[in-house]
Amino acid sequence: MLTRAEHRTARTGGWSALLCVGLGLAAPVAVLISQGIEAAPSTEQGTYLFRITRFTLLQAGLSTFLSLLLAVPLARSLARRPVFPGRRWLISLFAVPLGLPPLVAALGLIEIWGRNGIANKGLSVLGFETPFSIYGLSGILIAHVFFNLPLAVRLILPALERLPPEYWKTAANLGMNGFSLFRLVEWPAIRRSAAGAAGLVFMLCATSFTLVLVLGGGPAATTLEVAIYQALRFDFNPGRAVLLSFIQVGLTLIVMLFLRLFSVPTEEGQTSGGGTSRPDVRGGLHVLLDAVLIGLGLVFVAAPMIAVLVSGLSADLPRLLGDTLFWRAAVTSLSIGIAAATLSVLIASLLVRGRYSAGNRPGSPILAVLAGLSGAAGSLTLLVPPVVLGAGWFLMFGGTTGQLLAPLAVIVLVNALMALPFVMRVIEPAHRNTMERNGRLAVSLGLVGLNRLRQIDIRAMLPALATGFVFAVALSLGDLGAIALFGSDRIITLPWLLYQKLGSYRTADAAGLALLLGGITMGLMVLADRLGNRQRSEER
Amino acid sequence: MTQEPAIAFEDVAFGIGDLSAAFSFERAAGSVTAILGPSGAGKSTLLNLAAGFLTPSAGRIGLNGKDVTRLAPSERGVSMVFQDNNLFAHLDIRTNIGLGLDPALRLDRTAWSQVDHALDRVGLGGFGKRMPATLSGGEQQRVALARAFVRRRPVLLLDEPFDGLGPGLAADMLDLMLEIRAEVGATVLMVTHDPDEASAAADQILFIARGRIAADAPAAGFFDRADLPDLLAYLGNGAKRRGGATI
Repeated sequence: MLTRAEHRTARTGGWSALLCVGLGLAAPVAVLISQGIEAAPSTEQGTYLFRITRFTLLQAGLSTFLSLLLAVPLARSLARRPVFPGRRWLISLFAVPLGLPPLVAALGLIEIWGRNGIANKGLSVLGFETPFSIYGLSGILIAHVFFNLPLAVRLILPALERLPPEYWKTAANLGMNGFSLFRLVEWPAIRRSAAGAAGLVFMLCATSFTLVLVLGGGPAATTLEVAIYQALRFDFNPGRAVLLSFIQVGLTLIVMLFLRLFSVPTEEGQTSGGGTSRPDVRGGLHVLLDAVLIGLGLVFVAAPMIAVLVSGLSADLPRLLGDTLFWRAAVTSLSIGIAAATLSVLIASLLVRGRYSAGNRPGSPILAVLAGLSGAAGSLTLLVPPVVLGAGWFLMFGGTTGQLLAPLAVIVLVNALMALPFVMRVIEPAHRNTMERNGRLAVSLGLVGLNRLRQIDIRAMLPALATGFVFAVALSLGDLGAIALFGSDRIITLPWLLYQKLGSYRTADAAGLALLLGGITMGLMVLADRLGNRQRSEER
Repeated sequence: MTQEPAIAFEDVAFGIGDLSAAFSFERAAGSVTAILGPSGAGKSTLLNLAAGFLTPSAGRIGLNGKDVTRLAPSERGVSMVFQDNNLFAHLDIRTNIGLGLDPALRLDRTAWSQVDHALDRVGLGGFGKRMPATLSGGEQQRVALARAFVRRRPVLLLDEPFDGLGPGLAADMLDLMLEIRAEVGATVLMVTHDPDEASAAADQILFIARGRIAADAPAAGFFDRADLPDLLAYLGNGAKRRGGATI
């Protein structure tokens, strides 16, 4: 509940935040469009564009298929075994890849699946001649499954755990098991989550930049995003970058419209450790099968992380930490991260407040637009991937990378917009909650305006604001998308430094850096998670 | 013919410490037993042991002369009706009942006509294509009874099935259950917390307190007894203690 003056402020704030998001998105897109009019594709370019688009769709489709194909049985196995030592830990571990900087994960994956990795050594012991290649399509698929299999499991598992315990008892009583149980009970329960997860995974894979950049290798395995980057940074072919951007945005638009058909499971839900017992589950061989499946899932997800840890620790860390370049990169990264997070939390707060205020008086068309746009602002930033956004700004600056302030501002803006959907998702429920709980009381006490913001609203939402902030810092720290376009001798971030070390085959340095970068972001993610839990327990 | 007990618990033990339970009792075929006791006393534990959802740490459970202690729930010859969620919400009524005949739903025309007959029997003829959510709570429990009816298992286990239906409806459902029981010839164990329901339906009472059988007696006149402190404490807080469902 807000007073009339507070409503005015909230709506003004909402509109200005929208304006900011709109400009951040519209300016680069406008530049892309104005340049695109001049760049009509030639036939030769047409085949190139077609090939890139086809590969983007192919790898995203295959990645999605493989992730889901493995996630469904794994989620079933986990649901069948509600109690085993380390279960809660395993499910927490499955949340890690999502927060891991892609570049760090790529390094770990190379350690495991690369030419000299454990997987290939194992295969050669088994007598396979040609080693499995981490570069090209197979590498991209492995990396995408590494990121998205755990995500899909975490999205699907709650749908099974939410089923009432009587279902499993009835299934046991009636003697349903195996395929009948899957067909008649489990699949109907997870169908929606699985479809939503598939759409989300496809979206993530279709816009994946870093993994394809590092593992893609060669023109045969290049996606739209990487091709945009190459067109701008190497070939300086803005026309091609513009056309690629159009295709990319068109593609994400189609996928997003498709996603709206399903409700994407936004909540990963409480994955209770050892809730419902499963009297329908048999022992014996079935235990072994589930154990093998869960064990394989664990090894697949954990191995690259352990590899990052092991190879990072064997690097010359003291020398790395003594390097001024490292500290310069760290300070730059952190500054960008803090600036981006501040901007993101500010925009998100204004949008959330504006949306709340606008939703308060149904019937007004203008307010409905405000509410709708504020809600959509989050997804809109997903529509235009960071590399595309960066490409627009890059062209606006005429491609000069020598400047300092303008590129930095763009990197901050792009990172802030990137984090916006996640930050909003954290802040919105906390805001709704404090409004429900304290709104009437505050107004009745005459505690309004700035005083109320300071004393009540911000305090009540502090854990949520902090969660969003820390999460945004972590996300920005690990990002290579925006910096890849603007990185130079003058602007060096940690991921950019890591990428350069990788490119110049300074493998040991890269391993050490990856450990440091991964450690920092993981630490921040854990912190964000803790803060988020505190908020949730306060809301209860 | 020597009468083999339809239900036999021989020194059945479950759990340890304060939460432990130990039960010994026998029931003749065709009897109806009401299980009463305070929340958390172990009523549902007893039922879940009989159904096979829990495995005892010691002792033996016999159903109709067969040792079922190690058998899976579906191999024990029991049907079960819970308080809630008896029906799979995403499957229509006919399918929910049909699953009682074959868990993989491979049903021929005679089987489906059995299903329709069961629906008629519980007064829900023509409801087959509806989804559970479109039915009232009482109607959903009728469907659950219809499924028990088509299964024709010799033991029927009821876990507070008529709780929350309101007194009139609960009484109707109780009558329907007793009719179906008679037609199937099943032996009934029924957890309830309503002394009236117990008196109306059961010939025997099992009164459970702290994981033990505190009394095993005929239903007639049971609630007038003054020699059971646990029973007095249970009834003392108001003869109809609602809520505190046993899970």
